[in-house]
Amino acid sequence: MSMHKPFAITLDVGSSLANHTGSWRTSRPVYVDRLPPCNAACPAGEDIQGWLYHAESGDYEAAWRVLVRDNPMPAVMGRVCYHSCEPACNRGQLDQAVSIHAVERFLGDEARSHGWRFRRDAPRSGKRVLVVGAGPSGLAAAYHLALFGHEVEIHEAGPMAGGMLRFGIPKYRLPRDVLDAEIARILDLGIALRLDTKVHRILDSMRAGRFDAAFLAVGAHLAKRTYIPAGTAAKVLDAVSVLRSMEGAEPPLLGRRVVVYGGGNTALDVARTAKRLGAEEAIIVYRRTRARMPAHEFEVEEALQEGILIKWLATIREAGDGAITVERMVLDQHGFPQPTGELDTIAADSLVLALGQEVDLSLLEAVPGLAVEDGVVRVDTGMMTGHAGIFAGGDMVPAERNVTVAIGHGKKAARHIDAWLRGTTYQPREKHQRADFARLNPWYYADAPQTVQPALDILRRQSTFDEVQGGLDESNAMFEARRCLSCGNCFECDNCYGVCPDNAVVKLGPGLRFRFDYDYCKGCGLCAAECPCGAIEMVPEAI
Amino acid sequence: MSTQPIKFYQTDTFTVGNRLLAPHERSVQADPRRANALNCGHRACQGCGEALGARYAIDAAMRASGGRLIAANATGCLEVFSTPYPETSWQIPWIHSLFGNVAAVATGIAAALKVKGQGDVRVVAQGGDGGTTDIGFGCLSGMFERNDDVLYICYDNEAYMNTGVQRSSATPPAARTATTAVHGPEPGNVFGQGKNLPWIAMAHGIPYVATATVADLRDLEAKVQRAMAFRGARYVHILVPCPLGWGTAPDETIRIARLAKETGLFPVYEAEYGEITRTLKLRKPLPVEDYLRPQKRFAHLFMPEPRREVITRIQRLANRNIRRFGLYEERPWDAGALDALRSGSDA
Repeated sequence: MSMHKPFAITLDVGSSLANHTGSWRTSRPVYVDRLPPCNAACPAGEDIQGWLYHAESGDYEAAWRVLVRDNPMPAVMGRVCYHSCEPACNRGQLDQAVSIHAVERFLGDEARSHGWRFRRDAPRSGKRVLVVGAGPSGLAAAYHLALFGHEVEIHEAGPMAGGMLRFGIPKYRLPRDVLDAEIARILDLGIALRLDTKVHRILDSMRAGRFDAAFLAVGAHLAKRTYIPAGTAAKVLDAVSVLRSMEGAEPPLLGRRVVVYGGGNTALDVARTAKRLGAEEAIIVYRRTRARMPAHEFEVEEALQEGILIKWLATIREAGDGAITVERMVLDQHGFPQPTGELDTIAADSLVLALGQEVDLSLLEAVPGLAVEDGVVRVDTGMMTGHAGIFAGGDMVPAERNVTVAIGHGKKAARHIDAWLRGTTYQPREKHQRADFARLNPWYYADAPQTVQPALDILRRQSTFDEVQGGLDESNAMFEARRCLSCGNCFECDNCYGVCPDNAVVKLGPGLRFRFDYDYCKGCGLCAAECPCGAIEMVPEAI
Repeated sequence: MSTQPIKFYQTDTFTVGNRLLAPHERSVQADPRRANALNCGHRACQGCGEALGARYAIDAAMRASGGRLIAANATGCLEVFSTPYPETSWQIPWIHSLFGNVAAVATGIAAALKVKGQGDVRVVAQGGDGGTTDIGFGCLSGMFERNDDVLYICYDNEAYMNTGVQRSSATPPAARTATTAVHGPEPGNVFGQGKNLPWIAMAHGIPYVATATVADLRDLEAKVQRAMAFRGARYVHILVPCPLGWGTAPDETIRIARLAKETGLFPVYEAEYGEITRTLKLRKPLPVEDYLRPQKRFAHLFMPEPRREVITRIQRLANRNIRRFGLYEERPWDAGALDALRSGSDA
């Protein structure tokens, strides 16, 4: 310290860094990750926000690699998934939901055109797993099991892999080259696929192949029937075999006027297929109203655009020769259809029943410990049946039946099978708290309405099996990805770093996010209030 | 197939930073090497708008001047909380002046630099609304009139906060302060003409005048950068909410500043040589009530009964700003929003 200071000066100049204003704080900001509603709604457990983050900056391969951590078939799922993520999307409360499925499809198509492959890094475990059924659930399980290092063999009863993706979903929704490419990429992991190999007794097959565990994923390929009095010349078919025969050399002969009985997505698929095969009239008969139809609204809308007729509130009484008799129904006070006794006649060359499907569970006979209820197998929270080492998923277990659920089952089962094979238990990570819209600061998001996917023109839709929905091009896909609000997950917008009046936020660099300097943070909460995506929480200090 | 150009940047420039923007398009505050002219450890209240505004503005001026900058600082909150003897939070050459003479001190520094042939070193004068619109007004007008080469920045928190929230000539009508008590037929500050300093600065015909708020960093930085491109007298007026004096929560500072702009009560614009060159449009016009209600200094307008006639008078002030500055261009998705505001205030 100098002895000669100016008049009235006794202290050297110091920095205010000596003054730790952090001691003023009564609550502290903490960085958190919250669960975006899209991720929470995805039956396959995709980290949607996570892969959109990479797509936003145009790094599509990184986006695809994050996506396939959970779902090995993005090009397929971007087309056929019913995207329950989108109604959940917080952006829907701003303008419209992010078109997640369209970006997923774009990434899947990019992967195909660039030839991106899966990487198998895990050391070989020496364990063998039998997967029964090469549908979405079986393929997903096989993929994850292979990545865990296990040797996987798929036994498929049919002549081709794909299960319901191939035999249940028409080409105009899922072109077969897309499906074939994604299956081939999975099998390239070294997974053995044995076609035309029906498993009659699961325990026998496991013993014969020296398998350590099995995952059963048999699809619901048996059509439910109902008794309808039919004339000798009446042509009555079921939806499953009609759609299945579309994959063979001979398309089904349905005639000029086709009646489809049922109100699910399969009924619509059959009617739209019949129209494309040249039917002049394709009529769906359904016993309740449009509002109560189990089919998805967009499929009903597309079918109506293509000229499919729907007869609401009607049941089929009799299938005659060249015509069917229907009875008009009314809904009672509980919403159940009740007969009126009034009959109508509809001209029809064929009647296709689309009344639901069941699983052939015969392979489970004589397996000790297994419990079957309502035509499905009971499994525990780890997807394991009552018989140790035998797991099941997809249509075989009690759950909503759709391809995304099936893929999710495959992933979940694979994790539990892997743990079981290693003599441990799989502990799922604790779920983050939900990133609800109320947690966001939507001021910061620029206005940008949803990008519309191009649709095939109506004449080609009525006469060909070309894909109805088009894809987004690169600029549209990036635009759409950038509509993501990144709910609950820091996307490094620098707002906290900028708005802190005390310079108490440390920027750690690209990808590394930020850190609070609690020596100086006064706990004003501006960072939390101005965080667009709700990734900062104010936590009371213990005082 | 319809195509849209990739122009959408998710949060655009609303957020401080944006990883999707090219590096040269990013803000000063997003830069990890920003000057941090006003460093940690200062004694401003939690959520201080002035501390935030000062770092925004001086960091931007530092970038524009290549780090060759001297600041003169009027007495007031900013000076008191940043330099309690013997500490300083300033990481630039900085001098404290009297309450009323910062414009003159800065003028002197600029003159001295000129004499010494150091014209590349730039000079900033800064003060609060008290030191600017009241006490330092004479010196400031002189600086404008002589066109001295100084950027004057006023951090306007609409009263004398440092001494205990006394009214200034920048205090808005109806606001409660320590000297505009809430009683009588017209509680709070009077409905006068106020003292519209940006307007007065424009009347001097100086090269550059701008208003800004701490709610729009990119706009604020662009204005400081623009101001630094001129030589001569320049004036930037920044609205900086004060949690203490306005009676708001510390985490509301930016939201309140945003509401001041979005209601039209604080018009954000810039002018060159006395002519307005650009106004910042309202993104979403909002009723003044949204701005007034969260602030305790306006609590008497809502309790025990809402004083509709006073709120309507304030709405008319906002409507006049919207009209006078052309603050709003109707877009398809919020058609009729302005009419809704006007119908409530028949103006």
